[in-house]
Amino acid sequence: MTDQTLTAAEPAPAAAPRRRAPGRHLAGWLLALPLATVLGLFLVLPIIMIVIVSFWGATEFSIYPAFEFDNYAFLIGSDVTYRVFGNTIKYALITWAFTLLIGFTVAYFLAFHVRSLTWQIALFLLCTIPFWTSNIIRMISWIPFLGREGLANSALLSWGVIDRPLDWLLFSDFSVILAFVHLYTLFMVVPIFNTMMRIDRSLIEAAVDAGATGWQVVWHVIVPLTKPGIMIGTIFVVTLVMGDFITVRFMSGSQAANVGRLISNDIALLQYPSASATAVILLVTVLMVIGILLRFVDIRKEL
Amino acid sequence: MDRRPRSFYVLAAFFGLFLVFLYGPTFTIAILSFQGPQGGLTFPMRGTSLHWFRELFEQQAVGDIWGSFRRSLVLGLMVMVTTIVVSVMGGLAFRKRFAGSGVLFYLIVTALVIPSILVSLGVGLIFGQAGLPVHWSTSGFGAQLTWTLPFGLLIMFAVFNRFDPAYEEAARDLGASGWQTIRHVVLPIIAPSLIGVALFGFTLSYDEFARTLLTAGSYNTLPLEIFGMTTNVTTPVIFALGTLTTVFSFLVIGIFLLIVWTMGRRRARAGSDAGKGMV
Repeated sequence: MTDQTLTAAEPAPAAAPRRRAPGRHLAGWLLALPLATVLGLFLVLPIIMIVIVSFWGATEFSIYPAFEFDNYAFLIGSDVTYRVFGNTIKYALITWAFTLLIGFTVAYFLAFHVRSLTWQIALFLLCTIPFWTSNIIRMISWIPFLGREGLANSALLSWGVIDRPLDWLLFSDFSVILAFVHLYTLFMVVPIFNTMMRIDRSLIEAAVDAGATGWQVVWHVIVPLTKPGIMIGTIFVVTLVMGDFITVRFMSGSQAANVGRLISNDIALLQYPSASATAVILLVTVLMVIGILLRFVDIRKEL
Repeated sequence: MDRRPRSFYVLAAFFGLFLVFLYGPTFTIAILSFQGPQGGLTFPMRGTSLHWFRELFEQQAVGDIWGSFRRSLVLGLMVMVTTIVVSVMGGLAFRKRFAGSGVLFYLIVTALVIPSILVSLGVGLIFGQAGLPVHWSTSGFGAQLTWTLPFGLLIMFAVFNRFDPAYEEAARDLGASGWQTIRHVVLPIIAPSLIGVALFGFTLSYDEFARTLLTAGSYNTLPLEIFGMTTNVTTPVIFALGTLTTVFSFLVIGIFLLIVWTMGRRRARAGSDAGKGMV
């Protein structure tokens, strides 16, 4: 019976926004209640908690409520913080560049060069399948490739390109970024492909009829129209890379650090207040980046 | 326009390379997991055998793999069902434009972009300070929902943006109540998309590592167990585990695709055009 009253209110026709019965609001709220509860309990409260704890103090054995700026003062005064943040931004920028380049090319091929819808969907699914398997397994799977005796080194040795195994293939910035590109390119492909599929094909014909070359069509027609997809992909890739700690730890062999690792190291030492302070700074940075990116695209319109 | 331009072949080659890049490493560890008993983590293969798979099934020294697998499975199903129900309700709610929908929308975006370790840390802190024990079915469950719900909702938004309200009007004109309209008109039409939501919900939960790290308590889920193994296991047994979990993931995708396919067949037989023009 409650369900009946819940959904009894008819959905508001877009054309008549003024004539709203109070019951309609109520139905909307009731439907949104579970969602709001989950996000309130497990997203908003945790963020508030982190902000509060970031002002707490800690001894070697325990943490205690306080209101002091020691954690922030320590972070701002430490060289490590700047180096680690620099490293985080470096990873994010390089990964973004590669995923964008690869993601755009792949999506462009699927959307404009594959002609039948069935093939488009089939090939698109083929790209998304690895996304459904474990990230950690996908990271481990690089080891037989990149190690000192891995496939890459033995191939290069046997071709005579190098005469000594390359050490920088595994446990280096190179392997970290490679893993990032491997894990996250899909987050670029999907939104870009999605926007490209909605581009009116007659626009391209018009451009060709007006004498545009292939490159001109791509650069002056497709890229501008694909911008929303590129922005959404960028938001995904940048935030995933900035918040990551496991890929960096694993693929760098614990040699490199980013902000996520800084936080997870503090957590491992039970230094929750200082982990929280770092987390707050990371959150502010990420939200600033998102804020800037959202100026270029209205995501509600893109759904 | 019948002959393909040269750029097609260049791009097709690029796409092929991309697929090799995506799948190559996984295939490599699949092959390496069939190493002989003396085999190591790299090529060359030292014999072929099922030794490392047997190891996985017999030896308990590698950890509680089957227990963690069971927990991940149950948790994945819990998250899947919750994600479907809450996403559909949320999707319906957003069609009504209730007051506060803007705030809620930005919360969803925040849930999507917030670094997962922050959720883990925050939920862990709250449970710790409230004196509640962290457990995969409570704190872990909630923490995972903050990641699966946004995906489910984005799909629902996309679905309802393309939903023709004429179907509902017709149902109402025929005298259907609000609930009947939802049950017999809306839900059947959006059913194929719900399979997508289910697939997202299950697999995102099944693979989630960061959000479960501080919220799972003393009983590990499978990703946590695998991560533990990466730090202390140096035999191909970990490749065998990787191969098995990958096969399992493919099975799950296969099952979901099969459901979609059977639904399509049933519809075609029943002569209904429900769901057409949805994708």
